[in-house]
Amino acid sequence: MRVPLSWLRDFAPFEDDAAALAATLDDLGLVVEGIEQVGEGLADVVVARVTTVAAIEGADRIRRVVVDAGRGPVEVVCGAGNFGEGDLVPLAPVGAVLPGGFAIGRRKMKGVVSDGMLCSGRELRLSEDHDGILVLNDVAGARPGQGLVEVLGIEPDVVFDLAVEANRPDAWCMAGVARDLAARLGLPFAVPATDALVAAVAGAATTGGLAPPTGPEAGLLASVRVTDTELCPRFTARVLTGVTVTDSPAWLARRLTLAGMRPINNVVDASNYVMLELGQPTHPYDLDRLAGPGLLVRRAEPGEAVTTLDGVVRALGRPGPGLDDTGQDCLICDAEGTPVGIGGVMGGASSEIGPATTRVLLEAAYFVPMAIARTAKRLHLRTEASARFERGCDPEGIDRAAERFCELVALTGGEHLTLAPGVLDVAAAVPRPLSVTVRPARLNALLGTAFTSGEIAGLLGPLGMTATATGGPDDPVAVVVPTFRPDIRPDPMGQADLAEEVARTYGYARLPRRTPAWPQPGRLTPRQRARRRAKEVLCGLGATEAWTTAFLSEADQLAAGASPPFIEVTNPLVEAERFLRSSLVPGLLGALRYNAERRQGDLRLFEVGAVFARAEVPPAEGPPAETTERLGAAFAGPGDDAWSAVAAWRTVAEALGLDGWVLEQGPHHGRAGRVLHPYRSGTLLAPPVREGGARVTLGVVGELAPDLVEAAGLVASDGRPRRIGWLDLDLDALLDPATARRRPAEAAPVSRFPSSDIDLAFVVPEEVPAGAVEATLADAAGDLLESVRLFDVYRGAQLAEPGRSLAYRLRFVAHDRTLTDDEVGEARRACIAAVEARHRAVLR
Amino acid sequence: MSGPTDVAACVEEARRAIAAAGSTEELRRVTAEVSGKRSPLAEMSRELGALEPEARRQRGQHLQAARAVVEGLLEERAAALRFEERSRELAASRLDLTEFLPGSPAARAARGHLHLVSQTRDELEDVFVGMGFEVAEGPEIETDWYNFGALNIPPAHPARGMWDTFYLDLGEPETTLLRTHTSPVQIHLMERAVLDGALPIHAVMPGRCYRRDTPDARHLPVFHQVEGLVVDRGITFADLAGTIEVFTAAYFGPDIHARLRPAYFPFTEPSAEFEITCTLCRGTGCRTCSQTGWIELGGCGMVDPAVFAAVGVDAESWTGFAFGFGIDRCAQMRHQIADLRALVENDIRFLRQF
Repeated sequence: MRVPLSWLRDFAPFEDDAAALAATLDDLGLVVEGIEQVGEGLADVVVARVTTVAAIEGADRIRRVVVDAGRGPVEVVCGAGNFGEGDLVPLAPVGAVLPGGFAIGRRKMKGVVSDGMLCSGRELRLSEDHDGILVLNDVAGARPGQGLVEVLGIEPDVVFDLAVEANRPDAWCMAGVARDLAARLGLPFAVPATDALVAAVAGAATTGGLAPPTGPEAGLLASVRVTDTELCPRFTARVLTGVTVTDSPAWLARRLTLAGMRPINNVVDASNYVMLELGQPTHPYDLDRLAGPGLLVRRAEPGEAVTTLDGVVRALGRPGPGLDDTGQDCLICDAEGTPVGIGGVMGGASSEIGPATTRVLLEAAYFVPMAIARTAKRLHLRTEASARFERGCDPEGIDRAAERFCELVALTGGEHLTLAPGVLDVAAAVPRPLSVTVRPARLNALLGTAFTSGEIAGLLGPLGMTATATGGPDDPVAVVVPTFRPDIRPDPMGQADLAEEVARTYGYARLPRRTPAWPQPGRLTPRQRARRRAKEVLCGLGATEAWTTAFLSEADQLAAGASPPFIEVTNPLVEAERFLRSSLVPGLLGALRYNAERRQGDLRLFEVGAVFARAEVPPAEGPPAETTERLGAAFAGPGDDAWSAVAAWRTVAEALGLDGWVLEQGPHHGRAGRVLHPYRSGTLLAPPVREGGARVTLGVVGELAPDLVEAAGLVASDGRPRRIGWLDLDLDALLDPATARRRPAEAAPVSRFPSSDIDLAFVVPEEVPAGAVEATLADAAGDLLESVRLFDVYRGAQLAEPGRSLAYRLRFVAHDRTLTDDEVGEARRACIAAVEARHRAVLR
Repeated sequence: MSGPTDVAACVEEARRAIAAAGSTEELRRVTAEVSGKRSPLAEMSRELGALEPEARRQRGQHLQAARAVVEGLLEERAAALRFEERSRELAASRLDLTEFLPGSPAARAARGHLHLVSQTRDELEDVFVGMGFEVAEGPEIETDWYNFGALNIPPAHPARGMWDTFYLDLGEPETTLLRTHTSPVQIHLMERAVLDGALPIHAVMPGRCYRRDTPDARHLPVFHQVEGLVVDRGITFADLAGTIEVFTAAYFGPDIHARLRPAYFPFTEPSAEFEITCTLCRGTGCRTCSQTGWIELGGCGMVDPAVFAAVGVDAESWTGFAFGFGIDRCAQMRHQIADLRALVENDIRFLRQF
């Protein structure tokens, strides 16, 4: 909201110091997003008369113009064509600095020297007009050489650009801003009578105001009927006859311009002025274009279509998506029921004020905020009016706003202007002033302050509240909250609301500060610590963490092996990417490709994040979705393949203290086979924490399927898909000690006696996993086994049996003695027997 | 046998031979010659038996002394030779350490990098843990109730316009959504604490959030926030202001201060926006802070009684404050990242800087 300081001064005598005022506004929560100095940079601009306009050879967009600004001819080059010889125009001579800091220098265009610039209204920040040069012929008393500021009577001003919070409809107008500011600064606040306003602003003598109402009663000229007082609890109409539609007074038009609204005509401008000044939207109708004549306020029929002022046909009366949309829209119709606008949102074109209008019906009403909010949201139609009504206008400010409108129209409405006696007024239940009792102890407990009841009353009073402190400093303060403060709620919330008002008026910066302390220690959960550790381990393995998109296309989802239906965003930013990811594969492949396209594709990347799926069994409470936190890691460095992923997994498992996990080798077919290399991948399983429980799937490890890698464009120099190691872990299972078994917490003592090693090599058929042989060895070796490790794999013609040779080193140790050769030999025999028996293996 | 028979001459001969040994290998041979079983000194020792006792005693002493001298010379020479040989080996094994090949096997263990957002989140968590906060997390898919309703933002409330929401096709239209802030975790925490009788709460809640904002230099549709919630007896606005100040100094540095100004959030009352000293100009005024010396960081306030009512916390016995701000934004400020979109591009040249 643009707020000119001069306008604020209507209500209280504020000082000139714009920076200080801005700081105070900020501290009141009326955030200043910009300060514009108006009238600055115009000091050097002078009125000039055009003496010659001539074409420039070879240029059809610019002309050579000679002007006289009282000190001899000045030649400039100008691109506008809306003026001719003899016209008066503004000239910014060389050396002038225009608003916004634009410095005018001597320039040469097409061989013609330009000694200044003729300016448009926008270049001077006097209007939005940039279609041509500002022509000053009609400005009374303008002579060449005169300063523009003097001729136009421009007074320097400051315009604050304020961001007003959504809960402060009262502050969304000049009077409201001034009230807050005056309360803080301890200045008297009052809304001036129109007469006094005009005298102060325009310097005109009193106008005598609007003549007393005469002629036929308003009720005889028009009718007003409200059939739905639930949506529109109060509706008033006043009738003005004999209206001349013309331009607004210059001061009023200028104020609208400064506040960012375009002046249109005296009637529309008066309505807009009142809205900006007091926050109450009103709507003027051309009474002669209303059938009846009059208005009917009713609820829209389901599916009823209305054409709004912007020419759009809108379907009304049906609930839209979202909770609690009742589909109830308030229509303003003519007396015969034909819609002329959507109540509180937007008018229709049929009854707009035009040059021929002579009789005006002014609507000033109170609409139920939630109803307006629903309608405006469903229609995506946010207007100056709807934005104010949905926040809540002052139901007690309607009459004052309507009266102000009439008085403003009277300034230029012509000698025949007459206000019809009486007000068409349909009133049902509107919000009333609210009583809240503030207990100083409660307020101080919230703020950490020690305000007395008297101080509280003193801080609330200037905001327009009636605050009465009766009794002692700790006794309750009875507060009556005016209807323009709908943000203040009844108790028990009301005390918190008023605590904020007390704090605001007092100044947040002056409130005390204290560093709180409590006996509970702060800490990370075991899961959070484990997650950090897993990520650090991956970093240690040379992998870098990525952050990829949560929104995927259907093709990506399917390529990543997920089964539809996927969770879909109903209002996506990018139409194609409207599915919530079910896998980290597409994101990480995308990140690899992004880097590969920049010749930096030799990378290891990982990501930790949520993936989503529809819940197969909807939970009793909460959304029917399953969210899993996963860790995905892609190993695409030089020489990387499935082994890199397996090595990484073993390091992660070791770091997290996982115990007893197994890697169950593929082959993966079907959906999983599209993602994982069918013969170079496996599933990671953990034993159940409790006896008899099911094994827990921790994730998968191996290599990505070549087709998937190729489709992502990740090919080696020979054109074949690159080998990309892949590790994908379910952190919900992995990080949860109740799910995945951990090493016991008790320390295992280290033996002081020497250990003995034996090496065993078996020829084992290819289909027997080495892990199974290792498990058999571990099982058969007995309690003396310290470790078992595969240390060599050999394939070749030297083998007597089909298969490959797997060589294991077993280390034995006892805690109470040095092992004898017999003991080790016994274990060795047991191991050989077990492996040969279980795996069709032969000792080499 | 040949060679000197006189003890002194033997020692002299040994000294010459030892000094002449040019390698450990040669010295081993010389050792056998001068102190082995067949060395002249050994021969002389064997001949002692033929002497008279007195002469044998004298000559024996001589011989012993001579052998000690020879042993000493051998040890000395051996040490010198070991030193020389090791020195030659060392020189021969010289590496030019700047010949480092980043593609070599040794280089494969190069450190990866945590994402800047993770690092920022970890550091923020650590600061708050140090201040006595626990770290809590919650789901990214939420119901309307947790994201809005319980936070005192009823349907069609104008304040909903503050958050552009992604809705999901789960359940009734616009009932399930991607959380627009981490505040729903507050609701989960308070509900659980009330159920378990486990108040007070002192927790921060970092996490990923979603808003339907077109990405630009300062906005991402997916972003990270950290939320704080304290519900305890006797908690006031002063504690909130103090907590923000302590955190600001701890994370951004002692010369960075915080200030609060009134604001509106449906779930807090009184509410405040908090600003910190501009980290770029340190408060003197620059373009980033629009010459004010302050930049906006987040929102905060005392938990609204309506929120307490929604989760069943007795607002007469307990008071509380909450605050929230952007993790990505903290990273952006600390590292002067011109365009937030760099955080999601995953360009390794960006990621490896942190």
